Amino acid sequence: MIAAVLSTFAVAALAPLLERRLGRRAAPLLALVPAALFVSFARHVPEVSDGGTRTDALAWIAELGVSLSFRLDGLSLLMALVVTGVGAVVLLYAGSYMEGHPRRGNLLGYLLAFLAAMLGLVLSDNLLGLFVFWEATSLLSYVLIGFEREKAEVRSSALQALLVTGGGGLALLAGFVLLGQAGGSLEIGALAANAEAVKASPLYLPALLLVLLGAFTKSAQVPFHFWLPDAMAAPAPVSTYLHSATMVKAGVFLLARLHPTLGGTPEWTGIVTTVGAATMLTGALLAVGQRDLKRLLAYSTVSALGSLVMLVGVGTPAALAAAMVLLLAHALYKGALFLVAGIVDHETGTRDVASLGGLFRALPVTAVAAAAAAFSMAGLPPLLGFVSKELLYDAALRASPAPLLLVPVAVGSNMLLVAVALSVGWGPFTGRAGETPKAPHEAPAAMWAGPLLLGLGSLAAGLFSGAISPFVSAAAAAALGHPYGVKLELWHGFNLVLAKSLVTLVVGVALFAARGRIRSLAGRLAPIAAYGPGRLYRAGLAGLVRFAKGTASVLSSGSLRQDLRIVLGATVVLAAPLLLTRAVLGTPDALRSVRPLEAVLAFLVVAGAVATVLAGSRLAAVVALGVTGFGVALLFLVFGAPDLAMTQFAVETLSVLLFVAVLRRLPRLQSRSAPRARAVDALLAGAVGAVMTGLVLAVHAEPLRSRLAPFFRESSLALAKGRNVVNVILVDFRGLDTLGEITVLGVAALGVFSLVRLRLSSRAAAAKGDRP
Amino acid sequence: MRSLILAAATRVVFPLLLLFSVFLLFRGHNEPGGGFVGGLVAATAYALLALTGGVAAARRVLPARPEVLIGTGLLAALASGLVGLAAGRPFMTGLWGDVSLPVVGKPGTPVLFDAGVYLTVLGVVLLILLTLQEEDEA
Repeated sequence: MIAAVLSTFAVAALAPLLERRLGRRAAPLLALVPAALFVSFARHVPEVSDGGTRTDALAWIAELGVSLSFRLDGLSLLMALVVTGVGAVVLLYAGSYMEGHPRRGNLLGYLLAFLAAMLGLVLSDNLLGLFVFWEATSLLSYVLIGFEREKAEVRSSALQALLVTGGGGLALLAGFVLLGQAGGSLEIGALAANAEAVKASPLYLPALLLVLLGAFTKSAQVPFHFWLPDAMAAPAPVSTYLHSATMVKAGVFLLARLHPTLGGTPEWTGIVTTVGAATMLTGALLAVGQRDLKRLLAYSTVSALGSLVMLVGVGTPAALAAAMVLLLAHALYKGALFLVAGIVDHETGTRDVASLGGLFRALPVTAVAAAAAAFSMAGLPPLLGFVSKELLYDAALRASPAPLLLVPVAVGSNMLLVAVALSVGWGPFTGRAGETPKAPHEAPAAMWAGPLLLGLGSLAAGLFSGAISPFVSAAAAAALGHPYGVKLELWHGFNLVLAKSLVTLVVGVALFAARGRIRSLAGRLAPIAAYGPGRLYRAGLAGLVRFAKGTASVLSSGSLRQDLRIVLGATVVLAAPLLLTRAVLGTPDALRSVRPLEAVLAFLVVAGAVATVLAGSRLAAVVALGVTGFGVALLFLVFGAPDLAMTQFAVETLSVLLFVAVLRRLPRLQSRSAPRARAVDALLAGAVGAVMTGLVLAVHAEPLRSRLAPFFRESSLALAKGRNVVNVILVDFRGLDTLGEITVLGVAALGVFSLVRLRLSSRAAAAKGDRP
Repeated sequence: MRSLILAAATRVVFPLLLLFSVFLLFRGHNEPGGGFVGGLVAATAYALLALTGGVAAARRVLPARPEVLIGTGLLAALASGLVGLAAGRPFMTGLWGDVSLPVVGKPGTPVLFDAGVYLTVLGVVLLILLTLQEEDEA
């Protein structure tokens, strides 16, 4: 399994190259990768349905308990099948959808890389391994949502998705670390076995809250739901894959995965169920008034994710089984509907449901796929959506805490969702033809094949729901933490659940019939809806930018003199109080034993500094500064630091050369600052000198208790085979620091290089522009 | 303003300085010296050449562009760390060969690391210096 994930990443890197060589044939070829993975995962279904699991592990950072350990059980197999199955369909579709786009190969590569990351996420059995894949999906989703990077609003949507899910990711990491502390392991399997200790730990509540924050942001739960509709700026295949089938389900998956470890407590049930139910209702309410096909689908996805989270929150066996079926049903119908929305947009040039109609004649195959998916979403028998809705109602009815609250929320949301399903999958294809920017034609087979397959999948899984029962049971059992068997059936007999389903359908159809009035009502309510958490996000982001600009303009004004004043002034202000209150100033013993040579050199250094300040020309100042530098180098030599002295000599020599290179272009030294400014500068310089002198004396007054110096002296030859301790520290003991330092050096040099080059080229451009 | 004396002296001093810089690099492990100083001294040699003969003359005798030197140096330093990793030890473990070579002394990963430092420092100084001087000449 590890090899499969890693090699998919490798293929993803090659995708742009492949596209350049093969053109339109690249996408079907790349789609074979997830298709093959799908088949190989599907072959494990019988074994896993019987309760078997497979594991695969690769030690990574063994000292920290981080490993790349994978585990294939019912839950991860269900997710893996969704990820690879929908992935194959989406890749095939994307090749056709992006026909003629100059960066089609990149999109295919990103999609495939995302697929690999998602696969790693659902298979991981180690918290930190899972986290790495989790973050990879966030980063890749940023690239994918922002694929049309030329548009500013696309970029801001991508950034919003990244900041919301990435912020949640930080919380998740903290939660995972706490969880590891509480349970004594980072392996999810080991944590589940140790669940009682985790729940009893004082770290339980903080860990739970942090993990929930991560899961809720990823799965677009209230109040973080706003990023999902805005992410519809992505191309249709991306929305299909990330925002309905896979990434947004990662949060639900994580909750199900950690349910055996964290679930079942009053805190879990209370928070998760409430947030899920609130999201379910909010998403459905916001969905029904939308006009844009993709936003309709996005808000209905928010609602479905809410249902899933609510079910995991309830946490009974029936609820988890319902969650697994809904997860599968939703991936099938919502994936198909997103792809259909992409086709409609592609063929008609609009996504406005109010102006779409009668497309059945032009897009017959797409219409069949859309109808199958929409009916499944509406919960019509014999599709899988019907089965999942029955299970949802059943679980809500039997939820232990508050069925009275959950049932109306579930039924109400689903009524609205029926109307949404029909608006997307029925309305555009029936009735009178609308005015569209483009005359519609049926899409190429590579595009309609996907929705048709997924739509038929909804039908087949519904008709043969008995056959998938063992597999669904295995998935639910993995989320429960103990074996469980559920029997899926289309017909449960006349009971309360069936009555609710009927009422839902009838009211939903009525709402669909009244969709024109609902939309105009929603239009009037839009100003209220604008006060959502999205507004808070935008205000926060704008405030952060303002704050950064404000501090930057004060701390880094662009005037070298001002910047120096701030740095030096801060040093004095921070160090002086410490010096005055804490330090024992050094005894003047050190001063009494000054040798004549040292005194001469010290005088040279001071004289050089004074001469620099008083120098009348820049060249004289450079020379005087050189005197100070060489004086310091000689002092190093006198005090037995030849390495330091040698380096100082070389640096001084080069500094002079560097100054000469720059000096010729600087104006004559003429404008002196006002006497008052000079007085302030002198005061500051004096203060800095006094503080530094005090610091040096204070350091000497403290007895040297370092064990490092003797260690380095003794081990330099023994461990590192070098007699020059300074050099051995630089290249061996502290080699990593040196590596970092030379990297910084290189980057700084490149910065100087590009700044100078930028000036040169802009000057050249200006010179060209001046010419008549 | 061209100084004939400086130009003539540079012609003699340049190879000596380069040789000295390499000497500093290799002796650094046991005596004062090392990659950092070595790189600075080598940079001084090229800087002298650029000052007397122009930037183009300095670039002609430079084996690669300064950017490339920086990259090569960083890669060499990184590679010296990876050797330990490849041998199944932690990153940047110093490994030494048993033979003794004439100039280099015992070959080991720290020597490679120091050579990386040498190249990086040389590249950094020259990139800044030559770019600034070129702007001056332009």
